[in-house]
Amino acid sequence: MNIPDHSQTIEKQLPLATRSRPWGAYRYRRRLFNIVFHILGLISIGVGFAMLGILFVTIFNQGITRLNWEFLTSFDSRFPDRAGIKAALVGTFYTISLTIAIAFPLGVASAIYLEEYIRTNWFSRAIEVNISNLAAVPSIIYGLLGLQMFIRWMSLGRGILTGALTLALLVLPTIIIASREAIRAVPLSLREASYALGATRWQTTWHHVLPMALPGVLTGVILAVSRAIGETAALITIGALTFVMFLPHHVLDTFTVLPILIFNWTSRPQDEFRSAASAAIIVLLALVLTVNAIAIILRQRLRRRL
Amino acid sequence: MVHQGVTQPDARQRRDSRASERIIHLILLAATSISVLTTFSIVYSLFTETMAFFSAVPLTDFLFDTEWTPLFTNKRYGIWPLVTATFVTSLIAMLVAVPAGLLAALYLNEFAPERFRAFVKPALEILAGVPTVVYGYFALITVTPFLQQFIPGMQSLNMLSSGIVMGFMILPMVLSLSEDALSAVPQALREGGYALGATRFEVATRILLPAAASGVVAAIILALSRAIGETMIVAIAAGQNPLLTFDPRQSAATMTAYILQVSLGDTPYGSLGYYTLYTVGMTLFLLTLVMNLFSTWFIHRFREVYE
Repeated sequence: MNIPDHSQTIEKQLPLATRSRPWGAYRYRRRLFNIVFHILGLISIGVGFAMLGILFVTIFNQGITRLNWEFLTSFDSRFPDRAGIKAALVGTFYTISLTIAIAFPLGVASAIYLEEYIRTNWFSRAIEVNISNLAAVPSIIYGLLGLQMFIRWMSLGRGILTGALTLALLVLPTIIIASREAIRAVPLSLREASYALGATRWQTTWHHVLPMALPGVLTGVILAVSRAIGETAALITIGALTFVMFLPHHVLDTFTVLPILIFNWTSRPQDEFRSAASAAIIVLLALVLTVNAIAIILRQRLRRRL
Repeated sequence: MVHQGVTQPDARQRRDSRASERIIHLILLAATSISVLTTFSIVYSLFTETMAFFSAVPLTDFLFDTEWTPLFTNKRYGIWPLVTATFVTSLIAMLVAVPAGLLAALYLNEFAPERFRAFVKPALEILAGVPTVVYGYFALITVTPFLQQFIPGMQSLNMLSSGIVMGFMILPMVLSLSEDALSAVPQALREGGYALGATRFEVATRILLPAAASGVVAAIILALSRAIGETMIVAIAAGQNPLLTFDPRQSAATMTAYILQVSLGDTPYGSLGYYTLYTVGMTLFLLTLVMNLFSTWFIHRFREVYE
């Protein structure tokens, strides 16, 4: 390896202004920018994680002493040390179950229609734009819609059914978009094989496309559940109660949910309610993060299989 | 999407025209029409109640008055205090989320090893999964007292801390969507840059960012529309007092906070207070709709298509 180094000679032939030092400074500056940018990127990510960490630690510290079996199994109270989350926990469970019972079939059916049945034309494009816009409509607007549609027009009252219907409309676009992606990812050859054996469109969809797409569909549904569990504004707008001392027995019974209870405790004057609110937040976060974790694991396994 | 010509078309059609197949087709169509109906119902209900509002209050009051006091005895109906508060909180959120989200996206895409990216992206999505009522509580209890140590005149309810916390809420959205756009830039462009001796910083800012610009802008607009529509954080931490101010240390009610406040009270149907809900809702809806449509259009108009 005997390559003569001409760089010195070449540099001497260059005009004075571009010789060694300015050139070195320029290269130095470029390197510096690169390093600074690298560090800034790391800092941005670090700040995100730091925020998450601080949030978890402060809330955990404030609430963990308050969190016990009694807290989970007693009703709300005017006295901070006696207040519990029983009604809200049960309310959340009922409302979310009903929401999914409504939104899951509707969302998957829409996705099937949009992927397997509809012809591509102006109408299908209009529906597509419509659904992506619905996904970005603020949740409080869904609350106003629920107030008008289910309470004023249909007179369903301010019960669990109204809450679940409102939440179902809210999460429907999310489910449709995720399910469509999952259905689209199913290889065309599978459908062709099914059609070649004489299956109808629905037989093909039901027996071959849907089972393949199921993990992706479920991931979307689970993410929708996690969004619905934390939703507050839409349910306050339709008038879900903030102080509930009973368990609902009927879909038309009034109700409260965990996030609304937290909001209510946050706005009460006594400081002791803050530790109660923190304890309730721990429960809420545990619920939401478990649901999210399931979705992430499902997505990872799905990726491995494809 | 329609897989025709797979078998002989007329044989397929005969099979698909069975009664059961047609019924299923109708059921699926009905399910799809729900989302179309939802849009129509939103527009219709917002529109009718807004009209009722404007039959009582002149449009000029709404647009040119500078006070918003529909719940007081001296009623004034100028939308601006709610709009400025929405604007200030969203702007603060964007000032947090856009630089941090973009830097993080460029870093993950160009600097970080693949395994690091595979861990960081879903982990930061947790930030987006935290319920907003939790963020509101966090802004009120933790962030505000912390900032009060440094910033004189900071009220215990203020737009600054809710804006900052909201920024962290939308950070994963900016990060994730821009990172997707950056990933879509073909490898050949990067390699071309490196072959010319560019540093990673130069490849990231002068090749990747311009090439992915449409996706990045769309991500930012979607995040902004999320910030504008966010309710619980601002309702809890920025207060419910409509005030025309650009000072982020002050407490001011946003459009969403106002809607929430009226919903918590006992406003009878048919009263002017009830109609204001829908008028403010309409303003909010139009604002976010325009932004969403713009972002869709922007992607289609300015997307660089790579083979």
